[in-house]
Amino acid sequence: MTPPADEIHSATDAPLLALSGVGKRFANAVTALDGLDMQVRQGEFLSLLGPSGCGKSTALRLIAGLSEPTAGRIAWNGADAPRRAGGAGVSGAGAISFVFQEPTLMPWANVFANVHLPLRLSGVSRRAAEPAILEALEMVGLSAFREAYPRELSGGMKMRVSIARALVTKPRLLLMDEPFAALDEITRFKLNNDLLQLWRQLGCTIVFVTHSVFESVFLSSRILVFRARPGRVFAEVSIDPAQPRDDAFRTSPEYAGLCRRASTALASAMDAGAG
Amino acid sequence: MGIGMGMERSPFRWLLPAAVLALLVLAWELVVRLNQLPPYILPSPLLVAQTLVKDRVVLFQSMLVTLHTTVLALAFAVLGGVGLALVFASSRIVEFSLFPIAVILQVTPIIAIAPLMLIYLSTDTAVLVCAWIVAFFPVLANTTLGLKSIDPNLRDLFRLSGASGWQTLVQLKLPTALPYFLGGLRIAGGLALIGAVVGEIAAGSAGQGSGLAFRIVESAYRLNIPRLFASLLLISFAGILIYGVLSLVSWLALRRWHESELGAG
Ligand SMILES: Nc1ncnc2c1ncn2[C@@H]1O[C@H](COP(=O)(O)OP(=O)(O)OP(=O)(O)O)[C@@H](O)[C@H]1O
Ligand SMILES: [Mg+2]
Repeated sequence: MTPPADEIHSATDAPLLALSGVGKRFANAVTALDGLDMQVRQGEFLSLLGPSGCGKSTALRLIAGLSEPTAGRIAWNGADAPRRAGGAGVSGAGAISFVFQEPTLMPWANVFANVHLPLRLSGVSRRAAEPAILEALEMVGLSAFREAYPRELSGGMKMRVSIARALVTKPRLLLMDEPFAALDEITRFKLNNDLLQLWRQLGCTIVFVTHSVFESVFLSSRILVFRARPGRVFAEVSIDPAQPRDDAFRTSPEYAGLCRRASTALASAMDAGAG
Repeated sequence: MGIGMGMERSPFRWLLPAAVLALLVLAWELVVRLNQLPPYILPSPLLVAQTLVKDRVVLFQSMLVTLHTTVLALAFAVLGGVGLALVFASSRIVEFSLFPIAVILQVTPIIAIAPLMLIYLSTDTAVLVCAWIVAFFPVLANTTLGLKSIDPNLRDLFRLSGASGWQTLVQLKLPTALPYFLGGLRIAGGLALIGAVVGEIAAGSAGQGSGLAFRIVESAYRLNIPRLFASLLLISFAGILIYGVLSLVSWLALRRWHESELGAG
């Protein structure tokens, strides 16, 4: 389901989903998450920030329903429960989109076909999907490369195809796992701006995993700082969602202050995880 | 590195091996002439060529028989190998139970199985089964490996998009397995020919059959060594033909996207 185009975008306090006491222990006895409590609110831009290996990707996969928690529960707000992978409750194309840490493209298919994939899997023909595909490619600046194969693209371009594929379904919940980590700074800034614009336009909820304090502050309406051993939320930084996110913001003292706060929280989280 | 790359495109890549081959044939001709070797010891290349032309009807007929067996066996190997690989991919229990049997079939020399086949089956069928047994395993093993090599993230993506089992098979599993399968097919092509030849030789010594390998056995009995060489030449040619066709198929299927064919594309 896509919200009506004229729906006014606003982050409300209504939780879209809540994780309570969630733990994830892998078969090899690694405990990635333990006692994780967090909420994802309707329409917010939520960043998960934390040291490597603290379970951010794991948390994202749990939210997507790609793996099951070994403890605790994940509660969706009634009607918003999206399709659960392989389970009942399928609610139309693209309730959830996932951008993986790696581009994860099909090497045998060209850019157009790769972006078509989620729509194709829900039965939308090539012809019917074409406008949406072209629009998504336009957004990531790859219109000229629709016929190219993944091996003909640079790492950053592949990542942009992956993002276009996630956007093509106009998802209600967009889960992104360090999508811009492999990009150069200019492209990264551009895509940051595009992503924010998209977020406002589509009125979707975004959960965004990143290593970068600066990126998380620029993008988010809320940052959850994770710690490792046990993997759980360590601190929270809220940012006024009304704050315009533009180049002026990047150089403003507020931005610097928020970055400092997030950095300090991250440093403490790392100390806590190391001890 | 630069020299290697230059080599790829230069005409020397073809001229050099061709020249070496021509020199070898020339040396052979000279050895035969200078030593005045009789044809039943070692026929000259010229005589082999003449025999090839003279006996062309019977020899090409035989080559068609052998090629027919090989291609048929290969087709059955693809059907059986891919089919079983798909079953293996969907059920670990079946894989555990059946894979050892496939391995036993593979490691037992085909030449040892052939006489047994000839007892139970008609000659044609026995030769076909021999070729099939050896061609089957590489297709099965490679396709199984391919079906297991799916990018876990892509699989998750398919799950998230609510893909059906059929969609996942056709749009994810089969394309992933394709390069592996084609690699197995190329090996299987050569092996099918070997299997067919072995089967024919086993059958031929019992006085049956009409493939190229039978011609070899027959020529050896009659000490018609030039014809033996001519048959041998045609078997090599059949092998090269099969390999060439399968390489072409592989190139056509993979040239746009797979690393293995990038140099050629
Ligand atoms: N499938 C798995 N099987 C076993 N252990 C796993 C698996 N996936 C993750 N882990 C372990 O769980 C822990 C958390 O991993 P996760 O990928 O969630 O970290 P992360 O916060 O995303 O790190 P990064 O920022 O480096 O991507 C790690 O110690 C990792 O080794
Ligand atoms: Mg990660």
